[in-house]
Amino acid sequence: MKNLSKYIIVWSACALVWLLGSPPALGDTLKVCRTCEHHSVKEAVRKAKAGDVVLVDGGLYLESGIEITQPISLIGRNNPVIDGRNTGQIITIKSSNVKVEGFTVQNVAVSYMRDDAAIRVADLENIQILNNTVLNTYFGIYLQNTDNSVVKGNVVRGESADKIESSLGNAIHVWRSDNVEVSDNTAEGHRDGIYFEFVTNSRVHDNLSEGNNRYGLHFMFSDGNVYTRNVFRSNGAGVAVMYTRNIRMEHNTFEDNWGAASYGLLLKDISQSAILNNTFRRNTTGIYMESSSQLDITSNDFDRNGWAIRLLSSCIQDTFRLNNFTGNSFDVSTNGNPTMNLFENNYWDKYSGYDLDKDRTGDVPYRPVSLYSMLVERVPPSVMFMRSFMVDLMDSIERVLPSFIPESLVDNRPSMKKIDHDSDRKLVQNLR
Amino acid sequence: MNKIIKYVLYDIVRSKIVVAYTLFLLLLSIGLFNLGGSPDKGLLSLLNLVLLTVPLISIVFATTHFYNSYEFMELLVSQPIRRSRIFLSEYWGVALSLSAAFLLGVGVPVLLFAPGATGLYLVLTGLFVTFIFVALAFLASVITRDKAKGIGIALLLWFYFALIYDGIVLLILYSFGDYPLEYATLALTALNPVDLGRVMVLLNLDVSAMMGYTGALYKSIFGSAWGVGIAFLVLLLWVLVPLLTSRRAFTRRDL
Repeated sequence: MKNLSKYIIVWSACALVWLLGSPPALGDTLKVCRTCEHHSVKEAVRKAKAGDVVLVDGGLYLESGIEITQPISLIGRNNPVIDGRNTGQIITIKSSNVKVEGFTVQNVAVSYMRDDAAIRVADLENIQILNNTVLNTYFGIYLQNTDNSVVKGNVVRGESADKIESSLGNAIHVWRSDNVEVSDNTAEGHRDGIYFEFVTNSRVHDNLSEGNNRYGLHFMFSDGNVYTRNVFRSNGAGVAVMYTRNIRMEHNTFEDNWGAASYGLLLKDISQSAILNNTFRRNTTGIYMESSSQLDITSNDFDRNGWAIRLLSSCIQDTFRLNNFTGNSFDVSTNGNPTMNLFENNYWDKYSGYDLDKDRTGDVPYRPVSLYSMLVERVPPSVMFMRSFMVDLMDSIERVLPSFIPESLVDNRPSMKKIDHDSDRKLVQNLR
Repeated sequence: MNKIIKYVLYDIVRSKIVVAYTLFLLLLSIGLFNLGGSPDKGLLSLLNLVLLTVPLISIVFATTHFYNSYEFMELLVSQPIRRSRIFLSEYWGVALSLSAAFLLGVGVPVLLFAPGATGLYLVLTGLFVTFIFVALAFLASVITRDKAKGIGIALLLWFYFALIYDGIVLLILYSFGDYPLEYATLALTALNPVDLGRVMVLLNLDVSAMMGYTGALYKSIFGSAWGVGIAFLVLLLWVLVPLLTSRRAFTRRDL
């Protein structure tokens, strides 16, 4: 028995050594630079065999149509620039287990038929795309049916200034993949910053998505993903996510999404998900919810939004707890009478109740939906009468004797003091 | 004319009501700016109070002043001075003193705590509202000789513009909610100087930019120089129409 276990240990140790030591021993290194054996990335990549490393030194390479057909690592040193000069897709990965790192890839023209991208992957797995800069391209990084992959530390920057939405591609586009990690990327100036469709069990964290023409983050049919510590700022229409179950969104920031059809976070047909510890600041609408059910919306900050939450009557069984509502024009608005939603222990800066028993929750229920917000929902032009004395009077009377505002939308235990989320935010960051 | 304005001004300052009004506004503004935290919040609260109190005080003060100086006016009418000149001098005297009070009481704190375009709009709106409501007060005063009736009409006018009008318009908007009302609402706003002033200030504060499609529409209208110009022109009309109507009534009337 003892012998057997010894054998196992020895063998597994040997296997480990072989595993760790083998890949570098297997592959050669092909160098690409002006004075090296290879002058062109394309040529070096074509000659590389499985397990090789293609090392590209700094400089400008005017190339496109680089096809990686072997499991190699394509690594840039001293920031080599590959300029496609608008002649088509630049790097196409056609083999699993490929790594592309440290390049600046630029200039891909709009192509409606082929959806050209700077770096494109299709029907593979184990791809790593790390620390690249992608400038002025149609699509940036395009993953298609590619499982177990990593897109990390990239900067994808487009030039959307004079373009319309239909002539822009997405910065990071992932379609039908499982277990993908998208982290520490910057996406700006494209149509959508991060686009997911049929992507499951993936992690999106620490990304910055800013100034995109349409959505900062856009996903559909992408169950089981986790979004943490991302910042979505000043995107044309904010963030819109649809038809998805079982997601977590934590510690994200949604801010400065202003405009007629702009939302901090638009939820359509999202269910059984958690939205925790996020910050919604200066958006036209903080969260817009339609047909969304069983959501846990806890410990978020809603600050200076037009509407903090627009809860349409098609939403059921959503829970709003321990959120801070400060400086919003309207805290909650609705178009009908949503049922079975729970508001509890939130802090509302408009709350004017008292706390006689000193349990830090108000003794009088707070009704976050004001009569005027319902009027504005029904007749948008009445927004012109905001802060009119008549409106304030109407709202005050309605709060005392509610007859029009939905009976069920009420916080029976509003918090008296602003809830401090910052301390546990730091704690969570430390824990990770 | 200048001489009469001088006498009217002197008379008003001596009564000390304007001084009290200045102090009241000053206290209110400084208090609100210190309470609110951010200057934007202070401006918002100030806007609400300015649009409620300034018209009320202007209209009540101007009406009482008009009736109180009836004898003085009768004396002047017996002199070789044109009636419209007497009337306009009275108007300028009251409007200028109240505007000066407003400038001191609200303009200076705004300049100190929240300088910028929004503050400027607030002060301009307040000034216009003062001129408009003094004109309305004079209109109410020339309609009837009876002081109690005159003050009643003046109060009713204030009540209408500050409260009832918004209620009526909201009712109209609610009843016709199925129709596109964007421009109709704009027109209805122009029919009330208080609303017009409020909208102009609000659309220049951050709040306004967030109010969805309609907010964006109005922002694009009021945000342009053209829109602001039109709005101030409408406010000017609101001064001129009651003023010229009441002057006409005053010159033709048997005193």
